[in-house]
Amino acid sequence: MNRIISKKQLSADVYEMTIEAPLIAKSRKAGQFLIVQIDTDWGERIPLTIADADPAAGTITMVFQTVGASTHKLAVLSPGDSVENVLGPLGNPTHIEKFGTVVCVGGGIGVAPLFPIVQAMKEAGNTVKVIIGARTKELVIFEDRMRKYADELVIVTDDGSYGRKALVTEPLREFCEADPKPDMSIAIGPPIMMKFCEKTTAEFDVPIMVSLNTIMIDGTGMCGGCRVTVGGETKFVCVDGPEFDGHKVDFENMMIRMRSYKDREDRDHHTCHIGLGIEPHAAPGGK
Amino acid sequence: MGSEMKTKEELNSDAERLLEPILAKKAAGGTISPKERLAIPVQEMPTQDPAARGKNVSEVALGYGECQARLEAERCLGCKNAPCVRGCPVQVPIPRFIEEIQKGDFKAAADTIKETNLLPAVCGRVCPQEKQCQLECTVGKSLKSIDNAVAIGRLERFVADWERENNKVTVPEVKPGTGKKVAVVGSGPAGLTVAADVAREGHRVTIFEAFHKTGGVMVYGIPEFRLPKSIVQAEVDILKKMGVSIETNFLVGRTRTVKELMEEDGFDAVFIGVGAGLPKFLGCPGENLVGVFSANEYLTRANLMKAYDAEKSATPIYQSRIVAVIGGGNVAMDAARMALRLGAAEVHVIYRRTRDEMPARAEEVEHAMEEGIVFDFLRNPEKILGDDQGRVTGMEVKKYELGEPDASGRRSPVPIAGSEYIFDCDTVIVALGNESNPLLTKTTDNLDVDRRGRIIVNEDQKTSLDRVYAGGDIVLGAATVILAMGEGRKAAAAINTLLK
Repeated sequence: MNRIISKKQLSADVYEMTIEAPLIAKSRKAGQFLIVQIDTDWGERIPLTIADADPAAGTITMVFQTVGASTHKLAVLSPGDSVENVLGPLGNPTHIEKFGTVVCVGGGIGVAPLFPIVQAMKEAGNTVKVIIGARTKELVIFEDRMRKYADELVIVTDDGSYGRKALVTEPLREFCEADPKPDMSIAIGPPIMMKFCEKTTAEFDVPIMVSLNTIMIDGTGMCGGCRVTVGGETKFVCVDGPEFDGHKVDFENMMIRMRSYKDREDRDHHTCHIGLGIEPHAAPGGK
Repeated sequence: MGSEMKTKEELNSDAERLLEPILAKKAAGGTISPKERLAIPVQEMPTQDPAARGKNVSEVALGYGECQARLEAERCLGCKNAPCVRGCPVQVPIPRFIEEIQKGDFKAAADTIKETNLLPAVCGRVCPQEKQCQLECTVGKSLKSIDNAVAIGRLERFVADWERENNKVTVPEVKPGTGKKVAVVGSGPAGLTVAADVAREGHRVTIFEAFHKTGGVMVYGIPEFRLPKSIVQAEVDILKKMGVSIETNFLVGRTRTVKELMEEDGFDAVFIGVGAGLPKFLGCPGENLVGVFSANEYLTRANLMKAYDAEKSATPIYQSRIVAVIGGGNVAMDAARMALRLGAAEVHVIYRRTRDEMPARAEEVEHAMEEGIVFDFLRNPEKILGDDQGRVTGMEVKKYELGEPDASGRRSPVPIAGSEYIFDCDTVIVALGNESNPLLTKTTDNLDVDRRGRIIVNEDQKTSLDRVYAGGDIVLGAATVILAMGEGRKAAAAINTLLK
């Protein structure tokens, strides 16, 4: 049982939750994730990101977007309540070293898992340029936290309500055109965003790491539900990843696989809104 | 095939009629001759009707009634050399426990089994007895068929169920605490066996399990209709009563490493029983299309996450019409039968060899056939086909024939050139076996593994690391519940000697 210490709503449908998990707080590294299940009997296991941790307090912080039934149920829990099952840290930590200049791109909720990477990259002596993308102003998260570590921060919104009216690939292209070009780039966000970041960096021969958030069940390598094609080979995101060389990932196949349960998810999400008395609003992307 | 399909009550009253004269003769001080024993018919296992059971996940085999159990027990000759015990990987004292059933003392029978096996309700259900204890049975040999051996597994199951259903379960005695700590990694059959054996000696045992529930393959893999989860839970609860601690949601290798457990957390010994959980895929084009699943994923969703109850469970499962299951082992049978219960109209098992070579238990194959699963023998997929949405629409299948026996004596399947055809289906479940999961071995320095990632152990199950032991599928490759328990038993004995 993992007690909820605090909950904060960061935007219309994004929440930050700090929970007790002393062992995970102690061992987690940037790039790793959790499998969370709200109730043991009937809950589903969902992968969530570790956005921050406090080993001294024995707590970890997760940031999630309410895109479906389970994330909504999580969002209505309050401090003092518990999440029954939290497994982690899972996946390989991000490879952190002094590359030189690193461009970090986060889209939507992907900004949360990007934060510990930005932090670690900066601490490793890199010049870190950060691009945050969101649909609209209300969905921009982690601006202040990023500012503490980023040498340069660009915010873009789809509708221009905050920062530049652009897609993340625009400033990414500009960073790639600079001389010298970036030594490394990282993109975390919706698959379509990562796909276009990959295309952009490929033009300039800039390496790109992407962190994939596919469908998962166990998160420990025993089922292959999360598998993706990387460089023509089948890889398991939970144990071989979640980070891969973006230039080798088959994004088309990944996006198709992520829609495997679309019908059922839509049904549950709808029922969940009725059950929890929440106003439904358009749910972008799947989980 | 059970064409007459008698109910459990009918079978039991048939048995009662045959049992009465035997008991009367014994009561009068007479003895039952071997000839008389050999004349007693093998007691049939009552089962749910095939048509009804294809629509539910309740247990298929219903278990003997008391008279059936006592009559079946009378078939045992009580051989002094007990060849059956040699066939059992954990050496259950079989003639002794059967003798207790003959006397009608079911509690004593259960206690006798538990001297060496703490999971009798599980083993009685899922062990391949026809390849183990029953293979060696003198009665079967005298009657010239393995099918006529004493039904040891069914009797084991009967006493374990009887004990549990009648609230007669007693907790095994535990010696006074030694203050020594043992970590057991994995709560499958191997880990549970080690935990019990080590706890009995008074050591403090903690089981670390990555999933949110304990039991390993017994909860995520073997379906409810073969092994009810409440039974696994009841057997795990006994361990808790023996003082064993269980930490779920704890992935050794990530949450803590083996080294940390020993150097920082003060464990005096570690047993690794993490199983072989890494599924093999086909390696053919189309294996990542939507609608292709490893049997592990399919069964985990269905069993552990209870996706068969679409109303209550939050975990979705793919809605299928025509399912192709690739493989011929027990996991393939489980996946096929589960797909049927989840509403598929048609389920095919695609297997490269013939029925005779299938590694699945004969009983499971028979049950699958009764339920209407179609078997396509001497077939193998060449590639999986999909539509423009990336969803499975079918497979290109090639026909095979059996060639000359290879070095191992097994006739190997040879593809027939030009025999390819298209098989329409919307779901493909791959059940080609599992390999060892590299997560723990890769995060444990100096732990020796073989080419296939299996942990190398000596005859005491000790690994290349001091005080670290391993057993079950992580050592054997994918094997059986009872073999895993046998390895656990050996490892526990070695740990107990080490900590003396």
